[in-house]
Amino acid sequence: MEILKQVHARNLVKWAKDKPRVVVLSADLTSSTEIDLFRDTFPERFFSMGMAEQNMISFAGGLAREGFFPFVHTFAVFIYRRALDQISMSIAYPNLPVRLFGFLPGITTPGGATHQATEDIAVMRVLPNMTILETGDATEVESVLDVAHSVDGPVYIRMIRGEIPRLFDRSQPMQLGQSRILSTGSDVTLFSSGICTEEAMRVTQVLAKHGVSIQHMHISTLKPFNDPAVLEAASRARYGVITMENHTVIGGLGSAVAETLAEAGAGKKLMRLGLKDTYAHGASRHYLMREYKIDALAVKEAVEKLLGTTFGITEDDLAAVRLESIHSKAKAEAL
Amino acid sequence: MDTNLNKAISQQEVVHWQDKARRVARGIRQRALELTIKNNGGYLSQACSSAEIFAALYTKIMKLGPSQAPMTPPPFPGVPSANNPNSITGVDYNGPKSPDLDRFFLSSVQYAMVLYVTLVELGRMSPEGLAMFNTDGSTIEMIGAEHSPGHEITSGSLGQGLSQAAGIALGRCLKGEKGRQWVFMSDGEFQSGQTWETLQTLSFHKLDNIGIYVDVNGQQCDGQMENVMNIEPLQAKLETFGARVYRVNGHDVEALAYPADLSPNGCPLFVLAYTNTTEGMDILEERKPRLHYVRFKDEAERERYRTYLTHTFPHTPVSPSSSPFPG
Repeated sequence: MEILKQVHARNLVKWAKDKPRVVVLSADLTSSTEIDLFRDTFPERFFSMGMAEQNMISFAGGLAREGFFPFVHTFAVFIYRRALDQISMSIAYPNLPVRLFGFLPGITTPGGATHQATEDIAVMRVLPNMTILETGDATEVESVLDVAHSVDGPVYIRMIRGEIPRLFDRSQPMQLGQSRILSTGSDVTLFSSGICTEEAMRVTQVLAKHGVSIQHMHISTLKPFNDPAVLEAASRARYGVITMENHTVIGGLGSAVAETLAEAGAGKKLMRLGLKDTYAHGASRHYLMREYKIDALAVKEAVEKLLGTTFGITEDDLAAVRLESIHSKAKAEAL
Repeated sequence: MDTNLNKAISQQEVVHWQDKARRVARGIRQRALELTIKNNGGYLSQACSSAEIFAALYTKIMKLGPSQAPMTPPPFPGVPSANNPNSITGVDYNGPKSPDLDRFFLSSVQYAMVLYVTLVELGRMSPEGLAMFNTDGSTIEMIGAEHSPGHEITSGSLGQGLSQAAGIALGRCLKGEKGRQWVFMSDGEFQSGQTWETLQTLSFHKLDNIGIYVDVNGQQCDGQMENVMNIEPLQAKLETFGARVYRVNGHDVEALAYPADLSPNGCPLFVLAYTNTTEGMDILEERKPRLHYVRFKDEAERERYRTYLTHTFPHTPVSPSSSPFPG
């Protein structure tokens, strides 16, 4: 499996070349949000706004009213928490095409509670007119730009940076409102998003070897949440459904799936993996994922609970799994 | 006693604190460089620009009692909640809370490392505590949290620290407490609107039991502040908002301490300390203006810095327990 660096940095420059109305706004985190190459390549389309996010967001609304497409870049926390009123009133209410790129999703930073975006999806979900996308690998970081730009309204994107794996083939870009089928099965259905998917893929392989039939779905569109494949996948599960998100269990992926199941009267047991309504603290990603049980081992435990059995799977077994770049199962069916 | 002898003794005391402050500043730079080398990176330029400010605050300006906390901080005891009786703040490292004693608030928590090494320099925290910097499960976080030693509020989302300190200032004033509030900020925070909201509030409510030291080093993540979002003329702006402002050389401990001795006059006090991000560490000059976070690109570079450390700071820092000066 490829691990790549500077994915967004290089891709944004290539992608934006023929789109002169796309402008980039920065709040003093230019290299931290991989827009330094864009700044150097298109200086006339790059605007340094300083450490003043509330202004940056309302300002972006103004630019959008004049026919531009502002691509706002900063850490997610400084978008959805720092400037919620501004997003709601200057951008979402008037349905303006501002694209908000939020970095450091969930517990992917040792910066502690002030830097960890652990409730952004929940907050953004309740804004009318908002579209929410989450990237989980290099292919999604690249293709999210086309998806976001196709939306006639505001878009919030959970972005990842630095060293990113390519889990999904380039030929299968992110599609608005479409989940990826990573494995088919009928015992348990697992929904994962963002960085959780790579982690989940470790354990589904090992569980399959132990005879567990798992349907694993990767979610990249959190709002609107209306992919029929979600209910279809959940309805199959004999023993229950698991959701796994780099986010609080309240209001995000877990809640979105719960709403879908409840409305359909699907009556499936649901186990939500994620932060159990707590702030986190500053530590390494691996440590936090274990501490808050948002890792492969936690998925294994959830499956064991649903099936009412135990498997002799250790952390070492999971660490030994090598992930190959995979093709979504949907491709074969769509042929 | 003879007046001349009195004068000689008090002159000696004056020299005494200045010497100590300068020694502490040097120790801060040394320990910061050691830690940065050990961790292959760190907010080193912040230590260079603010060493005298921290030294002056902790040795002269602030009226603090001795640390009430364990020399080596215990592991992180969990986040605050009604169900967690063990959650803490790092306030005990600054001494007991008492009506007549001062309080310290670090607003720009990327300076956390500088605060930690200051605490070690002054014998308020052990070197073993410092060694836990940025390790899983410790409270010695890279971005200071309210549970980190020396901290007592959550200010990692910049621009909120001053507001919180202002609320505390009012609270203590209402309670008739004489202790003063001292806030450390970085100049970048003046780009944030909330800072100006706090300033107008401090002026409006005539809160003068608060003094703010600002490290005006002219730099931020994206480079020179004048090229990112200029904030000057800062003194004029602050004065227009009703603040009492002193603009000083941020590496002169006497100049830093002087405004703190003035009788409060109904206005919040701001000391704008103009500083140099490579002060006392000229090896950093080659990196200007990208100094917000110093990282070594390879082992060879790290080795260069190790050599520089041994040449520039040949003596190991004075162990706090053997220091003749009180912490």
